[in-house]
Amino acid sequence: MNARSLRAWAWLHKWSSLVSTLFLLVLCLTGLPLIFHHQVGRWLGTEVSSPAMRADAPSLTLDQVMAAAKTRFPSKVGMYVSQEPDDDAIWYVTMGDTPTSSTGLKQVAVDARTGAVLAEHRLDTGVMAVIHTIHVELFLGETGKLFLGCMGLLMLVAIVSGVVLYAPFMRKRRFGEVRRGRSTRVKWLDLHNLLGIVTLTWAVVVGATGVINTWADLVITHWRDDQVAGLLARYRGLPPVARLGSLEKAFASARARQPDMKIAFIAFPGTAFSSEHHYGVFMRGRTRLTERLVRPVLVDAVTGEVTASQAPPWYMNALLLSQPLHFGDYGGVIMQWLWAALDVLTLIVLGSGLTLWLDKRGPVRRVLASDLRSAAR
Amino acid sequence: MKAFWSLWGWPLAIAILGAVGLVGGLAGDGGWDWLAWVGLGVPCVAAAWFGLRRRPSR
Repeated sequence: MNARSLRAWAWLHKWSSLVSTLFLLVLCLTGLPLIFHHQVGRWLGTEVSSPAMRADAPSLTLDQVMAAAKTRFPSKVGMYVSQEPDDDAIWYVTMGDTPTSSTGLKQVAVDARTGAVLAEHRLDTGVMAVIHTIHVELFLGETGKLFLGCMGLLMLVAIVSGVVLYAPFMRKRRFGEVRRGRSTRVKWLDLHNLLGIVTLTWAVVVGATGVINTWADLVITHWRDDQVAGLLARYRGLPPVARLGSLEKAFASARARQPDMKIAFIAFPGTAFSSEHHYGVFMRGRTRLTERLVRPVLVDAVTGEVTASQAPPWYMNALLLSQPLHFGDYGGVIMQWLWAALDVLTLIVLGSGLTLWLDKRGPVRRVLASDLRSAAR
Repeated sequence: MKAFWSLWGWPLAIAILGAVGLVGGLAGDGGWDWLAWVGLGVPCVAAAWFGLRRRPSR
């Protein structure tokens, strides 16, 4: 590498890191508890469990489930009804003042067999909700989300430039060598190189999928304009639905159309995942891979007949698959702990990088200077 | 060529193993889980082994 390009990479690494480090520290720190949000929820008592019953216990219709939820919040309307992939004994009903509300949302967990309300909570309070909001948008709404996405892009630039710089720093060293006999600065430089290079793949994947997740709202809006709008030509100009038809009937029609799939969630008319005139019934597959890839079935909200069932476009699948790769929620508890360990290692990379920058006369300058001299020769 | 592999051999191996683990883990349960655990476990073990070991290097 010639002196000029080495200097350019060093400049790129320094500034892409410096600008983003503070935010990446926040993301790593808030991300750590979010890895364990199920366990934390159980510990705080906010995670719901259903009482054990015989496997063949009869289920209620979804209309009965909605009625049970409505008794708790008579003035609110349904927005979403969902089920976890591993528990079909509980329905989670999300309610709001209007179908497009984003604050004041309530979630009611209803026993699918008895209609008993197992739990209810506000979705936007509690310590985990605060941590989640900081992690996703810094309490700045869509702007905050896109801003953090930019910080994620800078992180990717820092990683790429860091890999380029790994060569001049490690050329004369064995892999993993950490020089402890010398100064603390040298030790931190070696640790920064070691931890940075071993966490490379994980950091790139979690960083890139995090960036993709910040575009979720844009992707979903585009999907509605691009695909859903075309399916709804004959509904254009019709007045909004005055009285919703049976939710159970809509669910049954969707199941009949996709008999090999199970339910992920149903979006009520007017929400982001449906139209003014449809229930958006989102079905998922039954294998590890396909349970992430939901298929939307649009069901007429009055008649309960299927209007369309179309495989989602590639960008929706990319969005859906980028979620597990960011969350690390697909390999059990062991995977969660590995995710946490890699998160901590990334924190050390960030901290040691900052330390090395603050150290104006440290080994980084020396190595760069000697490399620049030898390159110039 | 020898210089390239002594510099990039281990980093490349760890990076590829990690990528295989991350993507493989999405594919299914059982063996695929193990693939993911090994793929992500190796970077953690390497970090702990080289980062914490007390034997002073040259």
